Amino acid sequence: MSGSEVVIVGGGVTGLSAGWWLARSGVKVTVLDKFIVGWEASGRNGGGASHYSSPLFDEEQRLWPQMDELLGYPTEHQKGRILIAMTERQWDQYRFIAERHTRLNHPVELLDVKQVQEAVPLAGDNCFGGVHYKFGGHANPQRTVQAYAWALQDLGGKIIQHSPVTGFETAGGKVTGVKTANATYGCDAVVVAAGPQIPQLMAQLGVDVPLAAARAEMIITEPAPMMPLGGVDGHKIYGRQTLRGNLAYGGGPHEWLDVDATGPAARPSTPLARNLAKRLAELLPKAAHLNVIRSWAGVIENSPDGRPIIDRLNSPDNVVVASMSSVGFGLSPASGHAIRDLVIDGACSFTNIDLLKLSRFDGLEKDWREKRGWMPIA
Amino acid sequence: MDLNFTGTDVCAINGTRSAPEAKYDLVVIGAGPSGIAAAIEGAASGASVLLVDENPVSGALMGNDTPLYFGGRMTAATQNSDRMLEAIFMSMPDLEKAMEAGVELLLGTTAWGVYRNGPGVQSLPEQVVGLADAERSWLVGFDRIVLATGARDLAIAFPGWNQPGVMGAAALQMLLSRYGAFSGRRIVVLGSHDLALETALMAQEHGLDVAGLVEVRDGPQGDAALLAKITAAGIATHYGQSIAASKGGLDGIESITLTDGTHIACDTVCVAIGLIPSIELVDAMHGPRALNAARGGYIPAGEPNVAAVGLCAGLPDTGFDHVAYRMDWVRAALRVNAPDTIICQCEEVTLADLIGIQPPNYLPRPAAIQARSLDTLLDDGPANPDQIKRLTRSGMGVCQGRRCRDQVAMMLAIESDKPFGTIPLATHRAPVRPLPLKILAEWDEPATMDAAWDVWFGIPTQWVPVEDIGTEYQDAHREMLYTGMYT
Ligand SMILES: Cc1cc2nc3c(=O)[nH]c(=O)nc-3n(C[C@H](O)[C@H](O)[C@H](O)COP(=O)(O)OP(=O)(O)OC[C@H]3O[C@@H](n4cnc5c(N)ncnc54)[C@H](O)[C@@H]3O)c2cc1C
Repeated sequence: MSGSEVVIVGGGVTGLSAGWWLARSGVKVTVLDKFIVGWEASGRNGGGASHYSSPLFDEEQRLWPQMDELLGYPTEHQKGRILIAMTERQWDQYRFIAERHTRLNHPVELLDVKQVQEAVPLAGDNCFGGVHYKFGGHANPQRTVQAYAWALQDLGGKIIQHSPVTGFETAGGKVTGVKTANATYGCDAVVVAAGPQIPQLMAQLGVDVPLAAARAEMIITEPAPMMPLGGVDGHKIYGRQTLRGNLAYGGGPHEWLDVDATGPAARPSTPLARNLAKRLAELLPKAAHLNVIRSWAGVIENSPDGRPIIDRLNSPDNVVVASMSSVGFGLSPASGHAIRDLVIDGACSFTNIDLLKLSRFDGLEKDWREKRGWMPIA
Repeated sequence: MDLNFTGTDVCAINGTRSAPEAKYDLVVIGAGPSGIAAAIEGAASGASVLLVDENPVSGALMGNDTPLYFGGRMTAATQNSDRMLEAIFMSMPDLEKAMEAGVELLLGTTAWGVYRNGPGVQSLPEQVVGLADAERSWLVGFDRIVLATGARDLAIAFPGWNQPGVMGAAALQMLLSRYGAFSGRRIVVLGSHDLALETALMAQEHGLDVAGLVEVRDGPQGDAALLAKITAAGIATHYGQSIAASKGGLDGIESITLTDGTHIACDTVCVAIGLIPSIELVDAMHGPRALNAARGGYIPAGEPNVAAVGLCAGLPDTGFDHVAYRMDWVRAALRVNAPDTIICQCEEVTLADLIGIQPPNYLPRPAAIQARSLDTLLDDGPANPDQIKRLTRSGMGVCQGRRCRDQVAMMLAIESDKPFGTIPLATHRAPVRPLPLKILAEWDEPATMDAAWDVWFGIPTQWVPVEDIGTEYQDAHREMLYTGMYT
């Protein structure tokens, strides 16, 4: 496919990583984004990269430690995570997961309260114990977005911002052009990685992609003294200590939304910040005095089973659709690779991704969202 | 697994939030003269009124230049909150009147966020303002809100500005006239518009030594009568100048040198170039705003049930173009400041790294990133302060950009050769004041919140290890980790 043109709709981590992988294979890539790269979920997430629930897991784990070097720009990737149990119930749950990981040969270690405090100096003696994942990790979402974007440009790829895609031109069962208000971009293949806006875009191609959008929130504190390991989760919140020292944490109830063709109307955070603050102060009691300095929200889409959709369509047959179903940041090095393979070879070269096919939803009822309550508040 | 089923999502936010602790017809934020007046007027019309003001803030916050740019020049008196409280009542007798009129008054109480339903959120039981004092935070409902949050100091970097003794005019006025708690003795005032002239005169009235007025433009900018008083008071004026260098010691600034070489000894440099209407809450609540150069920058554009009064609504329009004036100062700063001048004090971002779009020092700078700069970023689209913040960290610190966001926006306008108004305003986000986790926390949250709480969406199939999908372990996983989703 060298010399051909691939247009990617969406400059989040998924589209950018796909573009970077394609550019590495000598393909000419143009990424179109409605605003600035990473402005939606890709620049607003927890940075977690430990997706053992995905067929892309091994590739995710293989790639992250190399990403800074491969991209040529820092991502702030750090390896490992610790889950701290704050209740008896959580301790049971985390030990259950730890046992599953051990059986699956994912290296984990149980920590007693003293070991937790050694590994996580901000933790207290109010916990039941912890699990150290010696895999997975986290990175800085905003830096990673820009790293993909710059690396892609360094390979000759183009990024066109402030250019919402409005539709497609098709001929002979293929998409031949991608339209924005000002231009049409001719293409040999298209990747639609537009996050919550995928359903509206794909509907224009007559393809139904069942996704529901929701808002999720995070808070961040001023810097704390650096801990030996920054990826500290547990107590039903997730997050990380940034390399600057800030504690960035999210979790808790989501709000289902309708997102129209122009994308999320706003990304407001709410008083949920208080409930996050409570849990973080409990999880890391020695950080309870630290100031919270911001909160924010992001909008992400979920598929009916919560797993990504990465698929090349039968018709039009030069379209790859990629929704990461709210777990796409960490997987991005691998999702980009898979998308590259689908675009160029028609199949993923490094793992079986049949689980992520769109056709698994063929029998889904039209009103699946209503039926299960994944609906905006009226 | 059958994906067609009927149920409710127990992990959704619906119905989980607490109701506000109290509700008022009118909440007024900011107990300056205009806030007090609005509160008294509301009470007189029979409304239930809550009037809050963050002052006196803790000594620790003042040390972080919150809410004003105090530059570390407050005396130990500001550590005594009872005395500070007393000082506030003494300096504002109308507070007593408000209380007599039936206004409920809470001082030392910060309004850190205003929340209401709108685009992207429908889950709030009602519109609320988030409040916090030294002990806890809570929510209060309201029908109408009046923002009387005043204006904060604009800071502009000069060589050595990141040391004690460099402060803003609003902060100096507050320390002098309200608290009597200013620790400096000999000050230089930057600016010659009304704010600078008034500040210099006030300082002199308080017995301070005003060592000079420095103006970047070639002549005085302010009101002629005020200027006459400055002349009469014998205060030296330096036109067409800015600060080229400064010296300091343990206690901060000791002297400055102007661009023409004039050397002035001082312990305080008061930046009196302009005040910025304090619209943090408006912005954080996604309220409409508009740029108005004659009224000091971005001001609330107004909407039903949300009013802005006093300086928060904009500086008095005297026909003076504040934005153009500030831009002249920033242009001079860009000429004078060395590349290693710190622009963002919290995150120690230098001018070179800001304009070079370089990452912080704790990250590596491979060749590729060194080749990047604002110029290369501008090839991809207009400058956006939030994007530049993400990459350089300027404005990401504990002062929440109070000291650098405005000058950074102006620098970006100048460096990208665009009018100031085309550079978007970096977003303000709740909490608009730094709030400790333990204070922000909703310790007595309703059980509904905890019942809905999952680390992520609570979709049982989402986190099953891939090898376990479709095996007996999938069910075990679901049983162990998900309590009742899809019931
Ligand atoms: C609060 C929060 C925390 C999270 N935490 C984690 C975590 O810890 N780990 C993890 O792996 N994941 C996490 N996620 C999920 C993760 O952020 C997303 O799954 C991931 O960023 C998706 O990337 P994307 O590129 O597929 O989509 P997006 O980031 O949504 O990007 C889509 C892009 O497409 C553009 N676009 C849309 N429509 C158009 C159009 N018509 N024309 C042009 N451009 C268009 C948008 O502007 C956007 O930039 C979190 C998400 C949130 C909100």
